[in-house]
Amino acid sequence: MGQANGLSRHLANAYPGGILQFLNRNTRAIGLGDRVFTKAILVCGIAIVVLLLGIFVTLMIESLPAIRAFGIGFIGSKNWDPVAGAFGGLPFLVGTLITSLLALGLAVPFAVSIAILLGEYWKRGPHAGLLRSAVDLLAGIPSVIYGFWGLMVLVPLVRTFELKIHVAPYGVGIFTASIVLAVMIIPYAAALGREVIELVPADLKEAAYSMGATRSEVVRRVILPHASSGILAGILLALGRAVGETMAVTMVIGNSNFLPKSIFSPANTMASVIANEFTEATDEIHLASLVEIGLLLFAVTIVINIVGRYIIHRASVEA
Amino acid sequence: MKEKSLSGRIMSDKMFITGISILSFLVLVPLILILIYIVRNGISVVNWKFLVSLPRPVGEPGGGISNALVGTAILIGLACVVSVPLGIASGIFLSEQRRSKFAYVVRLFTEVLQGIPSIVIGIIAYLWIVKQLGGFSALSGGIALGIMMLPVVIRSTEETLKLIPHSLREASLALGVPYYRTVLKVLLPAALGGITTGIILSIARIAGETAPLLFTVFGSPFMETNIFKPVNSLPLLIFNYATSPYPEWHSLAWGASFVLVVFVLGMNLLSKLVASKWKVRY
Repeated sequence: MGQANGLSRHLANAYPGGILQFLNRNTRAIGLGDRVFTKAILVCGIAIVVLLLGIFVTLMIESLPAIRAFGIGFIGSKNWDPVAGAFGGLPFLVGTLITSLLALGLAVPFAVSIAILLGEYWKRGPHAGLLRSAVDLLAGIPSVIYGFWGLMVLVPLVRTFELKIHVAPYGVGIFTASIVLAVMIIPYAAALGREVIELVPADLKEAAYSMGATRSEVVRRVILPHASSGILAGILLALGRAVGETMAVTMVIGNSNFLPKSIFSPANTMASVIANEFTEATDEIHLASLVEIGLLLFAVTIVINIVGRYIIHRASVEA
Repeated sequence: MKEKSLSGRIMSDKMFITGISILSFLVLVPLILILIYIVRNGISVVNWKFLVSLPRPVGEPGGGISNALVGTAILIGLACVVSVPLGIASGIFLSEQRRSKFAYVVRLFTEVLQGIPSIVIGIIAYLWIVKQLGGFSALSGGIALGIMMLPVVIRSTEETLKLIPHSLREASLALGVPYYRTVLKVLLPAALGGITTGIILSIARIAGETAPLLFTVFGSPFMETNIFKPVNSLPLLIFNYATSPYPEWHSLAWGASFVLVVFVLGMNLLSKLVASKWKVRY
């Protein structure tokens, strides 16, 4: 068995193209079926690449009218007025940034706590089972239901709170959206954090214990520093989620196209303005501007995802 | 660094675990609140008539979600048709040629695809299909959901195939079975459990997706089974009713939310069941 595995590993290293490449080089007995099959799965792989490139190119082409008309100033202009035909994306960029960062700030302490508990303290047992199922449940609830719940339950609560602290009692707004978003991204960040915490090598922990460290000291001085880049990547990926989240935010953010004045004012994120205006956009420039916002959203989430995946990949290779 | 007393260190150890436990279990509060609201407001609405009748205009009592249920089923079916064959084939490609340079590119692109916001997929389905066909249709929504399912199906196929030991493949090849038959008749059946789990999970994920449907399937008050016409869907109905000003529509939305949550959780449970019953073990 061990020998067979060794042979397989050797073959796999020598022939990165898989077993067919090996057969190709060493025999002449490749049937038509094999050739068709290899081509077919290769075509499917190519299709995935073409799909993603196609999405990018389509967004580029369809936003060209807006890019031509407003240029780079699109990002810096705070004036979004479909009636006057003036389109600037700044209110939505700012809205997205504030909403996601606030949500992240709210979510991180909870997510890291869950990651530590499930990754280090309770690997199995009833507590762990309960917490893990709860987190899974939170992750499984559809975003439109979060939005509905936020609208019916959270918005009145926030309105009461706003009356108490004497700000305009909209109820809906950046603050409410951030709370809903925070709840939604906690499971995601926690799951990724747990994975990297579990990867911390046992000998490092044992070394610290043998020098008399308490468990919390091991967590704070050994596990967290060792897993920090992975946890950071998890938080980054959670940010990617928050930036692209649409329905829950659309329902509770208040849909205002002006630059938000405070965290309690209604606003719009990039995703929510698309959701709100896309079907109503009749003239070309309005539609193109919305597609351009979609393109920006696409670019931002791709960068966040690639960086996050890269850090996690590196962390898991090192461990 | 200042020397701390042993009892102080034990105290801080206890405080640490208490602190993170409290923070962790605080997360249960919103979960329980959401579930309580859905169950309390939803269960009183849900009955057989609710499931089998069409929505009614405001002011008329009764009304149900039958068209949304049918629409959601159509959309899930279309999404599976789009994503399952392509996803499994791409997963086979990634696992069979796992070390080739192109496989790295495909893997990266799959991960990026998974990270694309659903609203952007909605825009794409609008530009690619709705605009070309000249109207909203179930087909465009199904394709949008299919694109969202694709990365999950690819990853689960690849991950499961990787778990299958080389000896199985070698035994088959040594018996003179052609390579493509080895993959299709030996490896794929062995991995079927994992792939099925992935498909069920991705169905659970897309069943509640609303954003890609807003400007593709659009919603409809009628029972519609033509895939070239706009249909209704459960999450879309919840969105439209929830943002309406009428209390009776809100209660219908609670009922629909209850049905949707039960379906999504049921799918999650089913995937766990399949995963444990039908595990790859060698």
